[in-house]
Amino acid sequence: MTKMLNLNLKVWRQDGPDSGGHFEEYSTTVADDASFLEMLDYVNEQLIADNREPIAFDHDCREGICGSCGLMINGQAHGPQKGTATCQLHMRKFNDGDHITIEPWRAAAFPIIKDLAVNRAAFDRIIESGGFITVNTGAAQDANETPVPKEAADAAMDAAACIGCGACVAACPNSAANLFTSAKIQHLNLLPQGQAERFQRTKAMVETMESFFGSCTNYGECQEACPKEISVDFIAMMNRDYTKSMLVNKRRLGERKVG
Amino acid sequence: MALDLDPKIPSGPLADKWDNHKFDLKLVNPNNRRKFTVLVVGTGLAGASAAASLGELGYNVKAFTYHDSPRRAHSIAAQGGINAAKNYRNDGDSVYRLFYDTIKGGDYRSREANVYRLAQVSGNIIDQCAAQGVPFAREYGGLLDNRSFGGAQVSRTFYARGQTGQQLLLGAYQALARQIRAGTVELHNRMEMQDVVVSDGRAQGITCRDLLTGEIVSFAGHAVLLCTGGYGNVYFLSTNAKACNVTATWRAHRHGAAFANPCFTQIHPTCIPPADEFQSKLTLMSESLRNDGRIWVPAQFDEQRSPGDIPESDRDYYLERKYPAFGNLVPRDVASRNSKTVVDEGRGVGPLKNGVYLDFSDAIERFGAETIKARYGNLFDMYERITGEDPYQVPMRIYPATHYTMGGLWVDYNLMTSIPGLFALGEANFSDHGANRLGASALMQGLADGYFVAPATVPGYLAGLLGTPVMDTSDPAFTQTVADSQSRIDQLMAVGGTRSPDHYHRELGKLVWDYCGMSRNRTGLEKALAEIPALREEFWSDVRVLGEANGFNQSLEKALRVSDFMEMAELKVADALQREESCGGHFREEHQTPEGEAQRDDENFAFVGAWEWGGPDVHNDAVLHKEPLEFENVQLTQRSYK
Repeated sequence: MTKMLNLNLKVWRQDGPDSGGHFEEYSTTVADDASFLEMLDYVNEQLIADNREPIAFDHDCREGICGSCGLMINGQAHGPQKGTATCQLHMRKFNDGDHITIEPWRAAAFPIIKDLAVNRAAFDRIIESGGFITVNTGAAQDANETPVPKEAADAAMDAAACIGCGACVAACPNSAANLFTSAKIQHLNLLPQGQAERFQRTKAMVETMESFFGSCTNYGECQEACPKEISVDFIAMMNRDYTKSMLVNKRRLGERKVG
Repeated sequence: MALDLDPKIPSGPLADKWDNHKFDLKLVNPNNRRKFTVLVVGTGLAGASAAASLGELGYNVKAFTYHDSPRRAHSIAAQGGINAAKNYRNDGDSVYRLFYDTIKGGDYRSREANVYRLAQVSGNIIDQCAAQGVPFAREYGGLLDNRSFGGAQVSRTFYARGQTGQQLLLGAYQALARQIRAGTVELHNRMEMQDVVVSDGRAQGITCRDLLTGEIVSFAGHAVLLCTGGYGNVYFLSTNAKACNVTATWRAHRHGAAFANPCFTQIHPTCIPPADEFQSKLTLMSESLRNDGRIWVPAQFDEQRSPGDIPESDRDYYLERKYPAFGNLVPRDVASRNSKTVVDEGRGVGPLKNGVYLDFSDAIERFGAETIKARYGNLFDMYERITGEDPYQVPMRIYPATHYTMGGLWVDYNLMTSIPGLFALGEANFSDHGANRLGASALMQGLADGYFVAPATVPGYLAGLLGTPVMDTSDPAFTQTVADSQSRIDQLMAVGGTRSPDHYHRELGKLVWDYCGMSRNRTGLEKALAEIPALREEFWSDVRVLGEANGFNQSLEKALRVSDFMEMAELKVADALQREESCGGHFREEHQTPEGEAQRDDENFAFVGAWEWGGPDVHNDAVLHKEPLEFENVQLTQRSYK
């Protein structure tokens, strides 16, 4: 049965990238069936009714797949439920009378646009630097010409599940983007189709990442915060490929390995 | 400008039309391509694939998205899969069969030539995506796996867990990123199209609102491609993402692009029913669940027992009972209508009695929970997060929700709208799905249009403009459009009313759902035609948009989108009223067979209803044009899935 929850919210409000911000407090009552963002929608409707500007926050699909949403909820990226993006978090995970602090992602590489919305364009720059397989439209062979062992395809899919939300960066004490970058690199590096560009891809993406984000010191907070539960194993694989990219003789990459 | 609705279908046998047409299209020399600027609005499957492919060819492309990143377009939420006539299963599939299934599934309201081309390129899409590194599901031998989908008796759906749309979009986005780096594509994110600029009888550019600064910005191009999705959010509650809107196509319509079959909307049978009044959107559970789930409701009206306690004899597996040949895999429109029937009868389940059961207990018994988890694990997890119920233990509750819109801008065989130089791709056009879309065909169409069709047909148009520079954005055609966009914004900001944009969106959605939803009748439609203009008037005199127009303002973004839905809804209802037949997703209660199935009227309604904008009194001013549908290869029959 639906329960009503009385909540006390403390929400970060900031007019723009260059203005200072502050917390504002609101109290509200919502059904525990509501999602976290539906709760914010409701608060916004109340604010509009009171002639106060609603809270800005990014969101879109509300199915946990587009990666638009992302809030620090009581200091946790995407809130208390493991493997769950903010939009899929429901109020039944909270109790009547709870105090909830809501902040934007905090990282120098993600400047605040307004209130809870941030600019994650740095992620796109990482992909542009090499997160693709070079194949023009129309140049592909029959899809079954290249078998991919099921385990490899599954591992690539585990990495490819990344939604690019930025929770890994927000949760990291160093604001490192290693989980995101490694997931994007390994999705392609684990597949036969991705081998030709494997080392140049790794090098380019790692170096682009480093130009925006902090360094990884293996806290592992990223994996805990990731709504898709992407494993830090991919960071280890990325590090290995990055090291290899310095050592490997790229002229000999076409040779078939023997023994 | 007189409306030209020549579909330009190439002559010759069906199987040769596309190849012959490609040969006949004019080409642009590789050295000349960079002299052409193509504006691609939207970066979902259709937009990202078109922008990337045109960039690869050497055109100078500008891509626009209102998201922070191209990767967030709503294509990403498609779960189940993508069809292709590969016949890897050896179960009798072929290009012709995919063509036939799509025409029949669409209840004979789409063009043969377009649909055949879609089936022809379907295999190339899978090849392209596999080469890009899309991690499709594989068998142990390393080859591609398939699953079945509704409306087909072959297994032709390729998938990547329950995240096929995500993986295909990431493939297209990565191809786009490669072109951004190569400098052939210039990306404009957080930029929402406000209007199209039409001058000298052709599309010459667009105006956009920069969502960060609020500035109205002009972009000139030789051609404009609208890849901006459908209008499902006219219902407020739908499975569409919150920002999905009709503005780009509606603004084009107001400049002379015909809007085709706006009454054709797909109501998807397997969504999670609304739980309370806070509900902001509905969540789809992939149709692939119908492969293993069995749909039922209690046989008795006042059933109080929990589902596990209801014996087989007291359950009604109504789809299996009524449609023994297709069972739970009947097409979406048939499944949805039957859910509505049993819920309306009072046999609905759940606290609000607004759903039907989708039960996996037999499948779990047969294959084991692990197998079911491997197939649908992420969907089951999502269901549990939203409802708080564990579908491994109790049956899911599902109910239909608006999901996809088959109608859209009218386009010819080249995907060009009735405004020369303005193209529409993917869900934004009307062309391939008739009155009902089969599952796993939206991804196919978006990518067919973007990777293979537009990159062939757009150059055919551009070739005629060789030597013509893009229009200067200081031209009055641009400055006037900018001024118009700005004045619409100023007007909204100045209302200073009492209700939020969301309030009006909800009200509109409720009207359209009640009178132009899963089933429609004359009385209801006429009522809606009277009420929508009144609501629109109220919106313009009472909406409250707070904050500043010259900055990031999500309320203003919503208000602008809702203002266009307010007009579009009226045309949708008018179209449902003129179509005095039932076909696919359009069910007019007056027109049904004695068994309650959709009754088509091929004699009088085998046409595309293409509406021309007439003026501010939307439906009274609009003019209906009819493009007759000619079927040379397929025999029109009453669809039967029994």
